[in-house]
Amino acid sequence: MAFRHLGLATTLAATLALANPAHAVTELQWWHAMTGGNNDIVNKLAEEFNASQSDYKVVPSYKGNYPDTMNAGIAAFRAGNAPHIMQVFEVGTATMMSATGAIKPVYQLMKDAGEPFDPKAYLPAITGYYSTSKGDMLSFPFNSSSMVMWINKDELKKAGVAEIPKTWPEVFDAAKKLKAAGHTTCGFSNAWATWAHIEQFSAWHNVPIGTKANGLDGFDTELKFNSPLHIKHLQNLIDLQKDKTYDYSGRASASEGRFSSGECAIFLTSSGYYATAKGTAKFDFTSVPMPYYPDVAGAPQNSIIGGASLWVMGGKKPEEYKGVAKFFAFLSDTNRQAKLHQESGYLPITKAAYEKTKADGFYEKNPILQTPLKELTNKEPTENSRGLRFGNMVQMRDIWAEEIEAALGGQKTAKEALDAAVARGNAILRTFEKTAK
Amino acid sequence: MEKSAVFSSKLLPYLLLVPQLIITFVFFYWPASQALWQSFLREDAFGLSSEFIGMENYQALFAQPEYYKAMLTTLVFSTLVAGLSLTIALLFATQADKSLKAAPAYKTFMIWPYAVAPAVAGVLWIFMFHPSLGTLARPLRWMNFDWNPLLNGNHAMALVVMAAIWKQISYNFLFFLAGLQSIPKSVIEAGAIDGAGPMRRFWTIIFPLLSPTSFFLLVVNVVYVFFDTFGIIDAVTGGGPAGATTTMVYKVYADGRLGGDLGSSAAQSVVLMIIVIALTAVQFRYVERKVQY
Repeated sequence: MAFRHLGLATTLAATLALANPAHAVTELQWWHAMTGGNNDIVNKLAEEFNASQSDYKVVPSYKGNYPDTMNAGIAAFRAGNAPHIMQVFEVGTATMMSATGAIKPVYQLMKDAGEPFDPKAYLPAITGYYSTSKGDMLSFPFNSSSMVMWINKDELKKAGVAEIPKTWPEVFDAAKKLKAAGHTTCGFSNAWATWAHIEQFSAWHNVPIGTKANGLDGFDTELKFNSPLHIKHLQNLIDLQKDKTYDYSGRASASEGRFSSGECAIFLTSSGYYATAKGTAKFDFTSVPMPYYPDVAGAPQNSIIGGASLWVMGGKKPEEYKGVAKFFAFLSDTNRQAKLHQESGYLPITKAAYEKTKADGFYEKNPILQTPLKELTNKEPTENSRGLRFGNMVQMRDIWAEEIEAALGGQKTAKEALDAAVARGNAILRTFEKTAK
Repeated sequence: MEKSAVFSSKLLPYLLLVPQLIITFVFFYWPASQALWQSFLREDAFGLSSEFIGMENYQALFAQPEYYKAMLTTLVFSTLVAGLSLTIALLFATQADKSLKAAPAYKTFMIWPYAVAPAVAGVLWIFMFHPSLGTLARPLRWMNFDWNPLLNGNHAMALVVMAAIWKQISYNFLFFLAGLQSIPKSVIEAGAIDGAGPMRRFWTIIFPLLSPTSFFLLVVNVVYVFFDTFGIIDAVTGGGPAGATTTMVYKVYADGRLGGDLGSSAAQSVVLMIIVIALTAVQFRYVERKVQY
């Protein structure tokens, strides 16, 4: 009994202590979707920021995967208690930016709070995705990545592939050799089916995914990815799927293990896969830029980013916004950015951090981390490669994936599948246009 | 001898009903009416703008070929899951009803899967049947069976059906067992003395006497497959490949929660609600006639 009373007393004392801090600290809620090593990074950043000053306290909370976090934030907003900062994946961008009133644009936030903020200090290939067509930054890029091709060098050597393939025809040849050398279930594969074969594929070949600069210039955009080039590429995949020279690995990243287990020796997925690959792959591996079709004029163009950014929610007190602005300034610090980039494998968001990492000689030892940066900055972005912004993109990706699956499964031809994906996608865009206005 | 207490107050019965009525109202009528209202609106995800558009959501819904496909998928899925989980559970229950040495342990093991959350059950099945990583998929591949639920719709359907059945068997088993144990032994023994074999005893004595339980389970299972299975589908296939495992309830979830299209999602819930109410009504009207209480 005495023990129970003691326990109660301690709890009470602890509660009182928490309720009576030395002085008023403004708490800033940060909802995120980071797990594993990246979750540690989020917590560490918050701790460092909280230790660096005494007016604000950033409180990170994990809210599930990307769609879960976004839905939790939307539901909280509808209930009137949204977090201050919310991590939203790149495909949620259109939904967020159309919600005028629900969000506070980052450029506005920094101006109001009087924090030093130079939009030109950030890498345009990254911030462009999260900015208006006028260049005003709407959300703060946090973890950015791009799609790269991961190569199991040991297996390629065994299969007699002398050079790492650069173009799609070379990849197909290498995959055939790999298959002959014992990789019977998978010559090559990829995660994020639509990101690889529609979104990145289009940007990398400088062909439009949709009109209006892939939706960046307006919600009245229409999808265009049923071009002969797209059909040809999908047809190649369909043909190779038949004997598993190419083998489909699903819509998201659950099958990345096929690379680290050695099953698939050529695998396209996010550059953010670096930390996992480093920890799990027991062979000599590297990453190289995505392949392209050499007969397409101007290819390769540049890749687009993926990952997530931090959105500031609307309707908070000026005092709280000041704290958020301070936190963003803290995150933009060159040394911190450089360290974040080198530890996590995510891209640096400021030019200075990129230059510093270069100057430190980091990329000579870790060329893998430079691959996505090389892709992103390969050429000056065009209308087709600045990024993309389609409403209800989460649902759209599922629909596109459904059609790709139907084609690879032999139920539809490449043209039928892509025509259907475009038509169904356009229907969603029109619904979104009506709600967004 | 009969004693009956009569309460003079007219108010009391209503007061006693209030808690139940509040629960029914808060957890059923209120959300259901919200869904009905929302199905006539076009609203953005944040609820910043909403516009009354009448039947437009329903018109758009019934113009989608995918919706009819989801209906067909639901029909196949629910028939398979409800049918198989009831049959298998009945088989297990009749076996457990015999006097076995390890009967208590056997019963306990049978009940376990029910305690597993649908999403967790889904993840378990992924680990077993992932085409290249799954522990049970590998033997299939060694046998030269091209197991590929990522692209083959029938394989994916088989996988979610198995997971959904596995989860529901425990529940059905429990009720069937209780039902079997309440059948008087004397009736069965009388049948045995008259020379009826085990199969004949089952079909002419046990099965009819079990019919109230079977009927109850049929209703519950139909509701289960219609509403409670989306956690499994979400974890195992995400409705794919090419929509092969997108049932109606999964489409409600995908369009509303993932797609942010709340109006269409609400319209689909209303359609689903009507279908399930109709199904239950049919069951009570026609199937219950054959039940012998």
